[in-house]
Amino acid sequence: MAKRLTALALMGAALAFAAGGAQAQTPKPGGNLVFAISAETPHYDCHGSETYATLHFSSPFYSTLLRFNLDKFPEVEGDLAKSWTVAPDFMTYTFKLHEGVKFHDGTPLTSADIKATYERMRNPPQGVVSPRKATFGDIDTIETPDPTTVVFKMKAVNASMLEHFASPWNCIYAAKDLAADPNSPKTKVNGTGPFVLVEHVKGSHVAGKRNESYFKKGLPYLDGYKGVFTLQAAAMLNALQGGQVLAEFRGISPAERDRLKQAMGDKIRIEESSWTLNLLVAFNVEKKPFDDVRVRKALLMAIDRWGGSQGLSRISTLRAVGGVLRPGSPLATPEAELVKLPGFSKDIAAARAEAKKLLAEAGVPDLKFTLHNRNLAMPYTPAGIFLVDQWRQIGVTVEHKQSDTAPYLATLNSGNYEVAIDFSNLFMDDSTLALAKYLSHKRSPQNLSRANDPELDKLYDDHVRERDVEKRKALVRAFEKRVFEQAYQQPILWWHRIVPSHKVVMGWKMSPSHNLGQDLAEVWLNQ
Amino acid sequence: MLRYVGNRLLLMIPTLFGVAVLVFFMLRIVPGDVVEVKLRADGGSVSQATIEMERKRLGLDKPLVRQFGDWMVGLATLDFGISMWTERPVIEEIAIRLELSLQVAIMATVIAVLIALPLGTMAALFRDTWIDYVVRIVTIGGLSIPSFWFGMLIMLSLLAFFNWLPPITFTPLYVDPVANLTQLIWPAMAVGYRYCAVVARMIRSSLLEVLNEDYIRTARAKGVFERVVIARHALRNALLPAVTVIGLEFTFLIGGLVVTEQVFNLNGIGMLLVQSVSRNDFTMIQGMVMLIAAFYVLVNLLVDVLYAVFDPRIRYTR
Repeated sequence: MAKRLTALALMGAALAFAAGGAQAQTPKPGGNLVFAISAETPHYDCHGSETYATLHFSSPFYSTLLRFNLDKFPEVEGDLAKSWTVAPDFMTYTFKLHEGVKFHDGTPLTSADIKATYERMRNPPQGVVSPRKATFGDIDTIETPDPTTVVFKMKAVNASMLEHFASPWNCIYAAKDLAADPNSPKTKVNGTGPFVLVEHVKGSHVAGKRNESYFKKGLPYLDGYKGVFTLQAAAMLNALQGGQVLAEFRGISPAERDRLKQAMGDKIRIEESSWTLNLLVAFNVEKKPFDDVRVRKALLMAIDRWGGSQGLSRISTLRAVGGVLRPGSPLATPEAELVKLPGFSKDIAAARAEAKKLLAEAGVPDLKFTLHNRNLAMPYTPAGIFLVDQWRQIGVTVEHKQSDTAPYLATLNSGNYEVAIDFSNLFMDDSTLALAKYLSHKRSPQNLSRANDPELDKLYDDHVRERDVEKRKALVRAFEKRVFEQAYQQPILWWHRIVPSHKVVMGWKMSPSHNLGQDLAEVWLNQ
Repeated sequence: MLRYVGNRLLLMIPTLFGVAVLVFFMLRIVPGDVVEVKLRADGGSVSQATIEMERKRLGLDKPLVRQFGDWMVGLATLDFGISMWTERPVIEEIAIRLELSLQVAIMATVIAVLIALPLGTMAALFRDTWIDYVVRIVTIGGLSIPSFWFGMLIMLSLLAFFNWLPPITFTPLYVDPVANLTQLIWPAMAVGYRYCAVVARMIRSSLLEVLNEDYIRTARAKGVFERVVIARHALRNALLPAVTVIGLEFTFLIGGLVVTEQVFNLNGIGMLLVQSVSRNDFTMIQGMVMLIAAFYVLVNLLVDVLYAVFDPRIRYTR
């Protein structure tokens, strides 16, 4: 009996604890969040930007048609869209919008605003920059049968279209604002998002306050927020440690994480994830001897990615070994298959012996060249040093040349380099985005190998139009195999995201992309 | 004197024109431009057509001579142009930061002069005594320790001992003096220490030189009180080189506090200049360099005018 009572008491205590825990997790409205943004956006226009600085600034003010569900990433969910249907032939997408949505200036949102927004991105007027114009190139027409329905009709199947509709860059603007001045979103904020712009003090901070007429009832929880531009990592870390800012949502290095953990103990929360970013090494096939596949392949084979991952992950944001898609993502190549591809062997001694043989066969046993790299300490410099050392071990001499961003980009653009470290920044695990970097140079100028390979282009096009997931996966594998067998370019390592926040910051969701989940609608302060 | 000042102001025109030519064409020597940084630095897959369109919109496709001509015409009407990065007026971007930078420079100057004057004077008057040795240690320390490192020490000490840091965003003095001074006193101290060391060393050496002059001996021989000899005859003359140093240091502080501003997360002119350089924001860099150059010329003129105030023998009659 006593045992039974004890058991009941323990069960009761456990239930009470669980209830208490649940209660503690109930969001508390109110408060102001102060967080760090480690870069400042040049303007407010999501459509015309490629930098996260714009999203960390603008996302709280805007809504998108769909968005990624970060609890089930990469699933998508509705944002302004209450529901949607996709025609079986993938040629028509119909969205029903939430009713009663208003822009911050009080204008009601209608399907005309969605149409105007997407028209601006796919057919930008004179003077409007739209880096994602090609992404929406498969859209034929946008129809608005009624104020809450928008229909996208396609010219061709694009298996990734739904994910593209969830892109955080597709902020919805008011049609009347765009009609008055197509470039107004660069300098004026008028969205339907959870927060309203209070002020942007250049070089200092951005402040927002709760949008009282936000269409998602009960949200946002915060009264307001301030995003402080902390462009220097040391200043940001001091501010985090001193409690002046409560979070930094892009990501910090392992050394910075360790410093915060040591100094702040259990006051700091550290969340980690793989990251949709990678550094690549690209061989310019227009320069000799890199026009010889044996040379390129030898250089890839000499890189010990598995060993490098262990060392570099301690000192830099580089960590995961992977192919053209983020390791762990739905279409990524599993490790067992990856190790069979050039450059991924775990038997590095054998791989390097083979690499030396290939260099000798190509007539360049004492190869010397310059590795062009960007002058950013994290993680470009360690990646460059790592490569130089890897190639030294097969008798190759490399000069590591680092330049500031502008001359670095100018050099890449001019093609005046032999080997370069490049950067792939994706906001999701979509293969149409990830593979585009490897397309023929004439189709994809960001392909730094400058190679033109019709076989790759065909595989890419086939995979974009393929609706069956398994067949699509097979096409991605074939594409990846071709890229690595030809050794045009290859990811060195994928990045690892580490986000610090004070434990009072609740409701923010970690994801593999620093471009997602920044509208702050569900963030609250447990204090 | 007025004629002298007028002549010096007129001489500013060729000086600033020379600066303008140098900064404009030297910037264009470095490959790359702001458009690529803006659209491709974060791995963006922007088409070449978009890049060219942006270049055209910003006027970067025009011949260099025409770009220079347009800029010169703007400068003549005090129009510094539009920042290629933010597309807002350069003068507006500078104005936002100038208040903070000027205040830090003024506070650092006040701190430096208030400490340097007694330190340098005492070191000279008590030459080769323990007072001189202490002052030497303090001043050599100030010269040796970089301001930003001293700034980091200040921040980490505040954090370690008081678990407190100054405000991270700027509040103007007229809005909240306490919040303003709480934020800016620390960077002013960090740069003021080095500044003070330079000035104190200068005062010490020039005072030692002046104290050996004939007119000092004459004043003493006439029975003038030592305090009057020092304050009215020696120190006044010894201040001339110190005024030059104070002027130069002050102008340096306007645009040269890059790392210190980063340490304290200050939204100042130095940070803006470095960011503009890393972005290849030509118009912004040009505007800032012109502003800083004009500042240097004007402060030097002020220093020369002050010479006449401190030393009545100096007259700018021609």
